[in-house]
Amino acid sequence: MEAKLTFKEYNENLRQGRLSGLKCGGCGEVSAQPRLVCAKCGGSDLEAMELKGDGTVQTFTVNYVAAEGRESEVPYIVVIVELDEGPWVMGNITGLRPEEATMDIMGRKVRMEGSAVFAGDRYSSGEVARPLFRLVA
Amino acid sequence: MRKVVIAGAGMTKFTGKQPRTAVELFGAAAAEAINECGIKPRQVQALFMGNFMGDFEEGQAHLQAFTADYMGMAGIPANRYENACASASAAIRDAFIWVASGQYDIVLAGGSECATKMGTPLATRTFAMASDSRYEYAAGLTFPGVFAMLTHLYAKRYNIPLETLKGQLYQVSINSHYYGARNPRAQFQKELTLEDARKSPMVASPLQLADCCPFTDGAAALVIASEEAAAKMTKKPVLIAGVGQASAGNLLSQKEFLPRIRSRELAAGQSYKMSGLGPRDIGVVELHDCFSIAALIALEGLGFFPYGTSGRAVEKGETKIGGKVAVNPSGGLKAKGHPVGATGAAQAFEIVRQLRGECGERQVEGVKAGMTDTLGGDGGTLCNMILRRGW
Repeated sequence: MEAKLTFKEYNENLRQGRLSGLKCGGCGEVSAQPRLVCAKCGGSDLEAMELKGDGTVQTFTVNYVAAEGRESEVPYIVVIVELDEGPWVMGNITGLRPEEATMDIMGRKVRMEGSAVFAGDRYSSGEVARPLFRLVA
Repeated sequence: MRKVVIAGAGMTKFTGKQPRTAVELFGAAAAEAINECGIKPRQVQALFMGNFMGDFEEGQAHLQAFTADYMGMAGIPANRYENACASASAAIRDAFIWVASGQYDIVLAGGSECATKMGTPLATRTFAMASDSRYEYAAGLTFPGVFAMLTHLYAKRYNIPLETLKGQLYQVSINSHYYGARNPRAQFQKELTLEDARKSPMVASPLQLADCCPFTDGAAALVIASEEAAAKMTKKPVLIAGVGQASAGNLLSQKEFLPRIRSRELAAGQSYKMSGLGPRDIGVVELHDCFSIAALIALEGLGFFPYGTSGRAVEKGETKIGGKVAVNPSGGLKAKGHPVGATGAAQAFEIVRQLRGECGERQVEGVKAGMTDTLGGDGGTLCNMILRRGW
C-alpha cells in the first residue's frame, strides 16, 4: 500500500491546467482526489491517471459572504461537477455572471478551462488550485 | 456493558458576544450539572470536553486541562474533542462508553465555545476549516455554501420547485424561533415573521440569513454516571439507551448519497439498534438545523419522514409539539444558538429536561424517549443519542 498520487502532485498538475486522479485496478472506480485506498472497494491497486475535465454541473451556489481574506472575490459561483469518468470535483464557473446562476445550469455540460489558485492565507499551507469550468451546452 | 445515565445537566444561557472565557462558561454549565447531583467536583473521574475553535477564539488550545484545574478536578484525565459541530456529542458518546465499560463511575462531558469572539469574517474562515482545505476551500466553499449546494441538490433530486422549498425552509426557521422565544436560555428569544425571513439578506444562494444559525457563545455539560452511582444523585436518571457515531469524507466523496447524509444513516442505525427503539418511539428530537435545509435532511435521514417529504410535514405542523414528532423545542441551533463545540451537549440538555418534564410552556407532555442528532462539518462526523426515562 503506497501513495500513487500525492496532494503536491495533484495541486501542481492542476496549477498547470491538468486534473489528475486515480483509477482502481480492482473495481474500476475513479477518484479525483488523492487517496491511499479505493473508497468503493477498499483495494489498494490504484494507478494515477489524467482526467479529461468534461462533466455536468451537479449543484452550485453563489456565495455573498466572504471568509476573512477573500472579501474581494464575492459574489462568486461555486460548482460541483460530475466528471465523465465518474468522480465529483469542486471548482468555479467562468463566463457566467453570479446573477445568471440559476438551477437551470444543473445538469448542463461543462468543460474545464484551466484553473485558478487560492493564494493561501496565514492559516493555510500555501497555494491551492481549483478547476475552472465553462458551460458548453 | 453497564447501564449508563445522565444524572445531571447544566447549560449557560446562549448569547452573542459576552465577557467570559470558554473555561468559565464550561465551569458555569458544569457547576449546574454537578450541583443537581449533589456531588463535589472531586468525585468526577474524567473530563471529556468538546471545543472546536478555542485556538482562534482565545488563542487557547488544550483548554480541557485548564478547565479541570479551574473546577478543582486537577489530576483527572481530561480530553478535548474536536469533531467540528459534533464535538460535544463525540465527547458524551465516549463518556458513555467509558462508564459502560466499568472503567469510570462518574464522567463530566460537554462542551464550550466562544464563537462570537472571532467576528464574522474570521468565524466564516475558521468554520470553513471543517470542510476540506485541499479540494473544497480553494473554490471558496463556506459553511452556508455547503448547505446552499445541498438545497439546490435537494430541490432537483425530489423535484420540488425551489420557491416551494424556500417556503418550507422559512417555516423551519419560523418554528425554531417560535420555540426559542419560549426558551429563557436561547440566544434569540424572538419570533420570526415570514416577511422578515423573506427580506433577510442572501448569504449563499438560495440560503438567506433567516436560514442560517448564528454565531454563539455558550457551554453545556452533563454528569454521566453508572446507574448504580446515579442512584444517590437523582430520582430522575435519564438512561442513555443508544448511541451512534459515523464519519464520511468531504462532500465530493459523498456523491452517491447526497443530499442524504450517509454518516447520519449509519449513526442513527446504530442508535436505534442499541436502544431497541425506532423513529415511532421518539417523542422529541433535537436535530442539527445549522441551516434550515439541514433540518429537512435530518428528519428524513433519522427516519421520521420519507425522503423529499419533510418540508410538507413541516408546513402541516407535524414537527411542532403535538405533531408526529416534536422537533427542536429548545429553538434549535437557529434560535437557541450554536456554540459549535457545545451544541451536542445543549441538545442533550434539552432532551433531559423534556424527559424530566421541566420545560414549561414548550414541554412535550408525557414524553418518554428523545433523540439528539449532531452533524459535524459537511457530514464528516455524525453523532446520535437516544435518551429515555430511567425511572
